[in-house]
Amino acid sequence: MPLVSSRKASGGTTAIVVAGLAVALALAFFVSPNVSSSPDGLEMVAAQLSIDTGERPHAMDDGTLADYTIRGVDDPALSKGLAGVIGVAATFSVATVGFALLRRTARRRVDVGAVPIPGPPS
Amino acid sequence: MHIPDGLIGPGTSFGASAVAVGALAWCVRDQHTSIDDRQVPLAGMAAAYIFAVQMLNFPVASGTSGHLLGGVLAAVLVGPRLGAVCVSVVIVVQAMLFADGGLSALGLNIVNMALVGAIGGYAIFVTLRRVLPRRPQSVVLASGIAAALAPPLAALMFTLEYALGGNEAASVTTVAASMVGAHVIIGIGEGVITALTVSAVITARPELVWGASNLDALQHTPAGAAAGTAASTAASTAIDRMR
Repeated sequence: MPLVSSRKASGGTTAIVVAGLAVALALAFFVSPNVSSSPDGLEMVAAQLSIDTGERPHAMDDGTLADYTIRGVDDPALSKGLAGVIGVAATFSVATVGFALLRRTARRRVDVGAVPIPGPPS
Repeated sequence: MHIPDGLIGPGTSFGASAVAVGALAWCVRDQHTSIDDRQVPLAGMAAAYIFAVQMLNFPVASGTSGHLLGGVLAAVLVGPRLGAVCVSVVIVVQAMLFADGGLSALGLNIVNMALVGAIGGYAIFVTLRRVLPRRPQSVVLASGIAAALAPPLAALMFTLEYALGGNEAASVTTVAASMVGAHVIIGIGEGVITALTVSAVITARPELVWGASNLDALQHTPAGAAAGTAASTAASTAIDRMR
């Protein structure tokens, strides 16, 4: 992997990260309200074979965002779409902050500047 | 594919949590060797994208739906270890904010969706890359096939968990057959979505795709273009296959 200036690298990464987030937000807001509401493969099999007799309701079934809806938003499409947007934002925030903290911790441990570039996967 | 609370007994759930914690600790250990500054927002974006696409349930057989698990996708984009953490973040957010997937089943769900996909699925991806030519199309094809196999593998892992801590209402072989059968079809969707996404990113920014970091075309572009004749391509393919 060639070494590029950090400015150029971060600019290029910003563009693709913004593009990816825009796609994620659009899918969550516009597409997710219109998808199949059938049970997924596991739910279907569990019900068919009666292996779900021990199932308990989720502790947060009455939560504000339970089941990808926002309590108080009556329009179902808007409710799910906004819940999706909140989820995308929350996931991005948690992951980015988490990875950044990890990165800082790792750096401190090995001394700044001695950070190798990642190698190929195989 | 999200296991709710109580479907699998507490002993097995606890065991899976221990496996998940141990594996994720390994994933984040010594990350100075595998994470650079560019990967932080990229991994965040990968997690957010997987969250969004996991919401998109597509219809499979009658009255059943499936959705992306995303483990192979995350691993190909940011590497298997960060990828497993990305999917785990998604699973935790889903369980804690959206009541999707049991809190006591977090370990089970992380094992089935994050670890099986990002670690196991990635191993399949790497194996396929070894036998395919070193071209961007091979990365797309290998990621699609590996992703298609991830849901049936996750279904088998669920079956193992059921065998260890299920309610014994159905035999293990019945559960295995039903789960794998349903998830083979879901796997086709997983493969298509993964291949399309990897294809889009590899077209825009190939150097940011972890699973594409050893392509011939990227390493020596001018030579690669000059040597783009059918004969040399065939020769290099043959050499690659022998490796």
